[in-house]
Order: sequence, then C-alpha cells, then structure tokens
Amino acid sequence: MVDYSKEFEAIAKAYGASGGNPNDLFDKKTASLVVSHHKILFQNSIPGVNISGEEIENGVKAKIVVKPGKMVKDPVHLCFGVIPAEGVQEIVSEFEIGEGAKVNFIAHCSFPNAIKLRHIMDSKIRVGRNAEMNYAETHYHGKDGGIEVLPVTKAVVEEGGKLRSEFKLIKGAVGKLDLDYEGTLEKDAVCEFDTKVYGKGDDKVLVKESLFLNGENSRGLAKSRIVATDRCVSEVIGEAVGNAPNARGHVDCVEIIKGKEARVSAVPKLLVVDDRAKLTHEAAIGSVDKKQVETLMARGLDEDEAVDVVVKGMLR
Amino acid sequence: MLNLTNIELTINGKKILHDLNLEVRKGEIHSILGANGTGKSTLSSVIMGLNGYQVKGGQILLDGEDITNLPIHERAKRGITLGWQEPARFEGLTVGEYLKISKKFSGDGFLSPRECLLKVGLAPELYISRAVDGTLSGGERKRIELASVLAMKPKLAILDEPDSGIDSLSIDHIVDVIKTFSRTGSAVLLITHHEEVATIADRASSLCDGTVVKTGEPAAVAKFFRNHCEECPHVNQPAEEVIHNG
Repeated sequence: MVDYSKEFEAIAKAYGASGGNPNDLFDKKTASLVVSHHKILFQNSIPGVNISGEEIENGVKAKIVVKPGKMVKDPVHLCFGVIPAEGVQEIVSEFEIGEGAKVNFIAHCSFPNAIKLRHIMDSKIRVGRNAEMNYAETHYHGKDGGIEVLPVTKAVVEEGGKLRSEFKLIKGAVGKLDLDYEGTLEKDAVCEFDTKVYGKGDDKVLVKESLFLNGENSRGLAKSRIVATDRCVSEVIGEAVGNAPNARGHVDCVEIIKGKEARVSAVPKLLVVDDRAKLTHEAAIGSVDKKQVETLMARGLDEDEAVDVVVKGMLR
Repeated sequence: MLNLTNIELTINGKKILHDLNLEVRKGEIHSILGANGTGKSTLSSVIMGLNGYQVKGGQILLDGEDITNLPIHERAKRGITLGWQEPARFEGLTVGEYLKISKKFSGDGFLSPRECLLKVGLAPELYISRAVDGTLSGGERKRIELASVLAMKPKLAILDEPDSGIDSLSIDHIVDVIKTFSRTGSAVLLITHHEEVATIADRASSLCDGTVVKTGEPAAVAKFFRNHCEECPHVNQPAEEVIHNG
C-alpha cells in the first residue's frame, strides 16, 4: 500500500501557506476534495453535496453536484497542489448546482516548488434556476516562475441564478497565466468574474473574461485588478455581449504598472445586439494613482510604503 | 510655529502664488478666506509639499526648521498633514486600516480610530470595516478624512474646505470637530468659503490673486473680504487667468 502521509503533510502545509486552514481540509463535516498532482488524497461528500473524483492520466476528473434546494452551511473546500518541481496537473471539473441551492466554494491551488509545471483547469459550471454559487480560488506559487496556469471556465447561469467567481494569484511568481472565463446568462441571472493578479519578474499574464447576456434582465460584471512589476507583461480582455432586453453588463479593469520594463494593456470588447441592452466599461491602466499615494504620504508613509498599501488593498 | 516667507510658485510659466507671507501660530485655528481661484488650495498643496507644488522662491519654516524642500512624508513626520477637499478613495482598504495608518504617529494615549469616528459623527460599528471606496457618499468620505487627520494628532492640520459638500444641518458638527483639533493641541489652517465657519478661528487671512492681502481678527478679515472681494475682478477667476490676462 502506498504511504501518502508525507504527501498529505506537504499539501496541508502548502494549503496553509496559501491562506487556508489545513484542519478544514480533512474535516468530515465539510465537503472537500484534496488532490496532489494526479492523486486524490481525500474526498468527502456530505448530505446534499456529492463529490466524485476519478484519477486520470495527468490529473483528476471531478463532478460536484449540489442537490436542488440544498443550503450548504459550510464552504466546500477544494485543494489542488503539486509538490514536485516538474510535471502536468490537469483538473477537469464539472459543477452542477441544483435549483434553489446555495453553496460557497473555497479553492486553493498550491505549487510551492514549481520549476517546469503546467496546471490546467478545465471547468464547466451550471448554476440552476434561482441557485447561488460563490467560488473563490486562491493560488500560491513559489518564487520561481516556472509554471503555466491555464484555467478555463465555461459557466451557464440559469434563470434567476447567481454566480460569483474570484480568482486570486498574488503570492509567489505567476509564471505564465492564461485565464479564460466565460459566463452565459439566462433571464434574471447574475454573473460576476473578479480576477486579481500580482505579476513580477518575467511573468506573463493574460486574462480574458467574457459575459454573454442572453436573458432578459441579466446582469454581468467582468472585473480585473492586475499589478505588473519588473518585466511582467499583462493583457486583459473584458468582453460583454448584450443579447437581451434590459441586460446590463459592465467591464471594469484596473492595471497598475511599476517599473520601466513592465507592460500592461486592456482591451474592452462590447457588443450590443438587442437595442434595449446596455453595456459599459471602465479601464484605468498606468501608474498608481498620485492622489492616493500623496494622501498616504501625508499620513507619514514614504512613497514605497504608500504604493504598497494601495496595491495590497486593490488585490485583496 | 509655521512661517511662510515670500513664497513664489510658478506652474507652466504662470505665477500662481507670489510674495506670500503667512504665520500659523501654535495651537491656533487660522482661517483662509478667498474667492475661487485665488490660490487657497494651492497654498495647502505648497505647505504639504505635493508633487508639482515645489516653490520657486521663499521659505517654509516649521518650528524654525526649514522644510521648504522636504518631501511629503518628511513633512508629515514633523507633524503637518492635509485633509483633502476631495479625498482619495481606496479599494480594499478599510476605514479602520486607514485610520490606523494615522494612528501610528499619535501613538497610545490619544484617541483611538473608533473614538475619532465618533468625534466626526460616524458610528464606528457601521464604518470601521467598510472600505474607503466609492460606496461611501461624499459627505461620509469627508468625515472619514477628518477622522484620519484627527487620529494623527498633528502639529498642523491643513483642512481644505472640510465644510464643502456637507449638508447645512451638519455644519455645526464639522465646526465642533475643527474645535476638537484645537482642544487636542493641533493648529488648524482652515480653508473655507463659509464666513460663519471662518469666524470660529483665532485669526484669519484673506487671499487675493495668489498673495495674502490681510491678516487679523476673523470678523475684521471677513468684513474686509466682503467689502473688497465682491467687487474685485479676481472673483471667480483662476488666478493664473487673471495673471495671464494681464
């Protein structure tokens, strides 16, 4: 029998370093899935929340089903990590949130030693009628930028449903991030994507958030907050398509550049198909706001400290 | 305490402040009266040392020390701070965290962030965890700015129109807050358009076309302002335009 105890320990440690509480991870009272590289270390279903994971060649395939009407009290914990420096981890996931259910997910992805690693996340999400799903994913990377993170999400939010998804990669080197999130909204549905990334060194950051507002009165927000330092190159594409009466979409991008060799760009793509839809966008890219910095300096912080406070707040 | 002597400020080749002399005494409230565009906010930026407001001539002394060329944070460390007319907003920074930054300089034994919020008429339990961002109204943000300045226990608080954008029912409260600064030992340089607010000061100065034209007892300066400035061609014209037009 394989002894996974050391792997448990390493994953729990990495989970703790990324801001999670390792005790939550293996608590039988909460639904959870813990994956190390392509091995499932732990999975736990609870009444109303079924998690079924299956090991595949380079990772894990998982289906997470929340029963209709189920109000899940404690967050569902998902932990994906790779301890070795090299390899590929592919997570293929499917989320089915039943009609009227409500659930929060806390996901941590930890790659503390990555030198030549690919982490592929391929997710399909269906939020049922009047259901609500909140998903917060935090990444923890080591200081070497030898990692590629490729998260792809296709979400469908049914009538009256709500999906809020946050992706955060602010600890450690990003490496190469190519994030592609897409939300399709039906009548009265709400979808919010919120991406926060702190790029350093030679990191490459590409963020694409797309909203297809297909249902009447649907509401979508594609928000991104990126800080690019050193030689980091960042590009954000915020897309919204208004296909239905009274659909409202907003693209909100802030990118801060620090350093002469970093580069940031923002591309909003708005398409109104139904003449009763309304789409808006705002983008602020460039240096840290002068007034914010001067305000904090007038409270006694030096310039670097002031910039740090502004940046940390924005990425929180 | 604060002495400005022969201050000259030029921006894009235009003289904005000239021959400006001003003294703010320890612990006093000193009002600055002046029509729009006469250089009141510019004066506050010059004293704080904001970027783009470095003087071309003259000297700024704080307790005898020349601070003319010091950066903003060094002036703050010596006890000068500024409450902006339109305060900045900070995504992700809570009111409690914002006030704690100021609190570091006043240390223990002075008002806590919660007490500072109470002083400006905001219930701490409703505000301490809120972000200092666009979800606050203009009036709420201005009160938080005052609380932040108060928390620092500065030697000199420059308050740039703390009463603008505040409803008339709350003006008395703002006046109380300004008096609190004085009670806690801070001097206040108070920039205001409201004559009734200006007259709470110990002394006042009237600014016209980028220079101080009168300093004295507040009621007398207010009267001077009324009598001279309403007819003055500089009213409601930016000083630089006045200068530009000759």
